[in-house]
Amino acid sequence: MTFETSVELLKFHSVAYTVYAFIIISVVAWFGYNLGRKEKAKPIVRIPFYGYIAFLVAMGVGHHIFTYNSIPWVSQDIMRHHIKPDKRFDIEIADHTFKMPEKMEIKKGEKVFFNAKSDDLTYGFGLFRQDGTMVAQMQVNPGTPNDMLWTFNECGEFDVMSTEYSGPEGNNMRVKKAVVVTGCDKKGAQS
Amino acid sequence: MSLMKNLMEGTNFNPSSLTALQKITLRAVVMSFLFYGLASIEGTLMRIALVNPNIPPINGSPEHFFSIMTVHPIIGIFGSTYQLVFAAFMFLIPYLTKKPLYSVGLANFVWIMITIGSALAWIAAFIWHYAPLYTLYWPLPADVDQFSTIGGIVFIVGIALIMIGTLAFIYNIYATIFARVGVHANKTTKELLISGFGIDGLLNLIHKLMGKPPYTKEPALSLPVVAIFRGTVDTFLDALVILGAGVLVLVYLLADTAGLHWDVHAIDALLYKNFFWWGLDLVADGLVLIYVAGSWYLLATIITGQKLFMENVARAALLLELVVSWMVWSHHLLSDQGQPEMMKLISGEMVTAFELLTQGLALFITLVTLWKARPLKMTMELKYLLGGLVGFGLAVPAGIIQADMGLNRVLHNTQWIIGAHVHVAILVGLYMTLYSVVYVLWPMLTNNTKLYSSKLANAHFWLHLIGGIGMGAFMGMAGLEGMLRRHFYMDGEYQTFMILAAVCAVMLVTAWVLFMINIVMSIGIKGLIGIFLPAEDETATYGIDPQPAVVVTQKKK
Repeated sequence: MTFETSVELLKFHSVAYTVYAFIIISVVAWFGYNLGRKEKAKPIVRIPFYGYIAFLVAMGVGHHIFTYNSIPWVSQDIMRHHIKPDKRFDIEIADHTFKMPEKMEIKKGEKVFFNAKSDDLTYGFGLFRQDGTMVAQMQVNPGTPNDMLWTFNECGEFDVMSTEYSGPEGNNMRVKKAVVVTGCDKKGAQS
Repeated sequence: MSLMKNLMEGTNFNPSSLTALQKITLRAVVMSFLFYGLASIEGTLMRIALVNPNIPPINGSPEHFFSIMTVHPIIGIFGSTYQLVFAAFMFLIPYLTKKPLYSVGLANFVWIMITIGSALAWIAAFIWHYAPLYTLYWPLPADVDQFSTIGGIVFIVGIALIMIGTLAFIYNIYATIFARVGVHANKTTKELLISGFGIDGLLNLIHKLMGKPPYTKEPALSLPVVAIFRGTVDTFLDALVILGAGVLVLVYLLADTAGLHWDVHAIDALLYKNFFWWGLDLVADGLVLIYVAGSWYLLATIITGQKLFMENVARAALLLELVVSWMVWSHHLLSDQGQPEMMKLISGEMVTAFELLTQGLALFITLVTLWKARPLKMTMELKYLLGGLVGFGLAVPAGIIQADMGLNRVLHNTQWIIGAHVHVAILVGLYMTLYSVVYVLWPMLTNNTKLYSSKLANAHFWLHLIGGIGMGAFMGMAGLEGMLRRHFYMDGEYQTFMILAAVCAVMLVTAWVLFMINIVMSIGIKGLIGIFLPAEDETATYGIDPQPAVVVTQKKK
């Protein structure tokens, strides 16, 4: 299983967490109901204590192993300084303003290196679809490198927005359709 | 009894019958719930402003919106939660250790300091619109181009007073726990320390595995006291970090008033972020989880009247939480690309995942303790305890999900974090646990005052539970759709989720109003005033009077 975009990933995540939420609420509600009953409740399943502990450890660690293997940007992010990018864009932020190329034109499937620098405050650098969903983001701290290697597996126009609060003046830090990704056929596949 | 008579005199509450310990506890509880109401109203205003930005007093102004966002957690966490937790523990430690509280005067100092400090921070935001948010990301709190210097100084002084009050609470608690009087007259400090850290529980487990007799059959400190001790270690470290950050900001602001414009970039923003999050996370992941686990254990034993299931495992788990809580802060910096990848992987992902284990254990032990004692009457304290379990059962995995390098790239700083994780943890997990504590302590603190209405108490429970889970869920859904947590959306974005979240926020405020009506009608306005008048009985203990002979002898010396 591989998630090509954040939309696919978050849809899966949304369903999985909703199912879990109903299970945990139901389990505690079942406990609450049976705590007050005089008749002995029949356990639905018997889970040995060490089995429960093993389950918790497996879930905690397994979650990261699963995402490492199913989300392509994890390993790419860790190895980003050893991967040659197809394109590079330098972004400078100061006085609550983005200074970057007017249009960042990208082909689907290209590895793009975004290098952001802040001259004053802590900001964020986020890419958003036109429907408001997030493609990716990173923090932009002053004085330290802030870079992200991203492969666009989808076409479209994307807004750049600061994802970190930098004072009330930062509320307008949005550049509409700053990134354009082309190279898809009608079905969205790489043309 | 007429409504007016209830309003003035309550049911059968008599404040003059209260000891000094009961009075100081109730004073802090009163202030805590007033601050909770303020935080709740502020939160609701922000939620409604995301539906209609022009709602007064925000009137479409980001300055005002972010001022509220800055003080909302200060009022909620310090003004309300800290006060309530500190009050409960300053009452419970003497009750559980059967020793008098070290100092009633210091306990009074604590609630006064936290109240004044929280009020000052609120005033700084209200009057001067000082709004660097609780995260205080450097150099924003020292940004005198955006914020008033005077506002900043007042805000930081307020935070400092809260931390001074916190340190006074810690001193009072430790002085009481380690006082070698009463039942601890023959214990050494080493024995008390070993027990406090939960090492005796671990040694008991190791001895059992090796087939040896237990290290100790009767630990020096009971399990809830161990949890309070352990959580207070984190509270102490956190207070030092926040005070340290406060001093740094204050120095820069004072320099500005003196006409000196120091270079803010002399401080490394990422290093500061690490330092600050290490401290702040001791509250979020250490203090809350440990205090809460301890409270669950105490509540389960009081509600059932039985011993805790797997007590040695619970003691050892508290020790594990000690290590875990000090090493998890990097999960807040998974989107900071300057942060070393190894720290993200080990601290941010792997160690953080252990919180699933420690909290899962606490949930399991509490549920089994309750289960073994069934049938139980579904009292208000039991209902709230179950609500608290649901809250953390939902919020902890929501946090673990985002503490992942893959998911953090698309969830960091979204409404998912502050909704599904933080607000569900605080409002449902923490507050429902605290309400359970309130209902358990109510007869002890008020000398068996009759609660005005159980219908109001039930309405409060359901509105709070549904409102809390609902608000967190709808905020979380908006977060999955890309909605940021620290942004004032003014063009009707994410409307459906925001309307539903605002409805849930109104339910939460309504729940608080019903709770306050029930409390005021139970103790009456005269009783409320009486709580703040000096106590006739200066006793610093509950239920163990006259004081143990050892204490009296030591006092005479």
